[in-house]
Amino acid sequence: MLSFIGRRVLIAIPTIFVISVFVFMLQKLLPGDPVLALAGEDRDPETLAALRELYRLDDPLVVQYAHWAGNALRGDLGISLRTNQPVTELMLAKLPVTFQLAVMALIFAVGIGIPMGILSAVRKGTWLDYIANFTALSGLSIPNFWLGILLILLVSVNLGWLPASGYRAFSVDPVRSIETMLMPAFVLGTALAATLMRHTRSAMLTVLKSDYVRTARAKGLRERVVILKHALRNALVPVVTVSALLFGELLAGAVLTEQIFSIPGFGKLVVDAVFNRDYAVVQGIVLVTSIGFICMNILADTLYIVLNPRLRYTP
Amino acid sequence: MSMSSPIDRAGPVAPRAERRRSRVWGKLRTRPAALFGGTLVVVFLVLAILAPVLPIPGYAETDWGAIRLPPSLAHPLGTDHNGRDLLSRMIWGAQASLFAGVVSVVIAVCVGVPLGVIAGWRGGWTDATISRITEALLAVPFLILAIAFAAFLGPSLTNAMIAIGLSATPVFIRLARGQTLAVKTEDYVESARAAGVGQLPTLWRYILPNIAPPIIVQATLTVATAIIAEASLSFLGLGQQPPAPSWGAMLNTAKNFMEQAPWMAIWPGAAIFLVVLGFNLLGDGLRDALDPRET
Repeated sequence: MLSFIGRRVLIAIPTIFVISVFVFMLQKLLPGDPVLALAGEDRDPETLAALRELYRLDDPLVVQYAHWAGNALRGDLGISLRTNQPVTELMLAKLPVTFQLAVMALIFAVGIGIPMGILSAVRKGTWLDYIANFTALSGLSIPNFWLGILLILLVSVNLGWLPASGYRAFSVDPVRSIETMLMPAFVLGTALAATLMRHTRSAMLTVLKSDYVRTARAKGLRERVVILKHALRNALVPVVTVSALLFGELLAGAVLTEQIFSIPGFGKLVVDAVFNRDYAVVQGIVLVTSIGFICMNILADTLYIVLNPRLRYTP
Repeated sequence: MSMSSPIDRAGPVAPRAERRRSRVWGKLRTRPAALFGGTLVVVFLVLAILAPVLPIPGYAETDWGAIRLPPSLAHPLGTDHNGRDLLSRMIWGAQASLFAGVVSVVIAVCVGVPLGVIAGWRGGWTDATISRITEALLAVPFLILAIAFAAFLGPSLTNAMIAIGLSATPVFIRLARGQTLAVKTEDYVESARAAGVGQLPTLWRYILPNIAPPIIVQATLTVATAIIAEASLSFLGLGQQPPAPSWGAMLNTAKNFMEQAPWMAIWPGAAIFLVVLGFNLLGDGLRDALDPRET
């Protein structure tokens, strides 16, 4: 198992190298002199010279990259031009907020997606299956920022049940924190629920046709036991691994959801950075999210093998 | 008199493609969901194309006496905070959204498919290099990648389309590579090579037509993703710039007037939902219709 993980990590290294080159080269897309863009409003010659020195812009491209990548490897992703804080520090401060949103969204996604997938597979070809499929496809087609707006209109503006904004950290005020996160987590969770539902349905349909399910039924077990104990346990193997791969979708969704509900997380950080032309922050976020996604991929592969004894890796 | 190879003369691709087209249409016709999706797409496409000739007010025409009016006979979908007719802005917005969705996918297909075919056909170092770059780009979450491109290129609809197109490219590289690997060992390709057909004609006449079906399906489904991505970028202020309308940008404005004019938020979102649902249903239908296991 360890050698399997080690091999996956080794394979990931060239990918991370290519991503780092890509993220570094993003800066070169800036039209005109990058120093002018990086300096923003502050155009005095001293600042420009300091930035030129900081990013080694007079050096050849390869040297610039080596300098940037060397710093990144030590955890130094540059300084935010807007707040003057290190980018790594800024991201670490926002991470718990997005993590809370992601965990709550996953709870919604699993709570809605998996039962819907099971029902849809067990009742294949019935009206329940059609409704579940249509709901899942709608969940995939609905722009989550619109769903967020509709929920604010209904739940906050008309019914006054939940606040539309005003996030508090979980450590400061847990009740208020959960209250403000309920709607955003639901919005983010619905798209993921749709994906989970489709995967659960497809995995359950495959498992329900297998010999061991037929045997379980032939033994006279109750249908409920056959489905929940024999079929679901095996069908969940691919679903669990898919959940790990939903990380990318979760982050992309968080960008928009945090914007609508004014949640000061990772997503809001990247959007604010774009508008403040805080390019070091944008680069840092792209790099870190990509590496996070690669780690989740490795986790998904490992989980797949851990959960499925037939695939247990033999080196 | 020019000499042609036996395979050239037999022309196996054209009749096969024709047969496949009629088979696909025959199957699509029996799928109500796919037909419904196709109809939704066609309705929005027709509205978008006819926008300049329809008897509607200009999308930027303001009427200060008609600010934030609810739907009425004069303004069937109401008006916005500048007194502009929402029906007109919705129809012109359809043009921006569909155009952005289709152009982004055209960019992704035009860049991704040739790279994927080259990777699959050549193998070796070419394949390894293209595949590593593809894997790296696939590791960056789609919207984050599009936001990063849009941020560095500058906010505009054109840059949003380039950003979305480039972000969607890796999927097409991977798909075209896999399909080429599968097709290049087929007998008809090997016969063509043995008959002396050059590399480019082989790719053009024998590989491309045979890897097309899954690419068409993926393109249809990616248009749906691209429309949502464009709406997301415009919603964030990184796509279409005012006063030109786009559904995402309209939603961005609407969120500031949710209590006073909720209809401003309802129509653009509903339109995005319907058109994306249309492309998803059509894509699912096409996938089933083009799947040989379904015959």
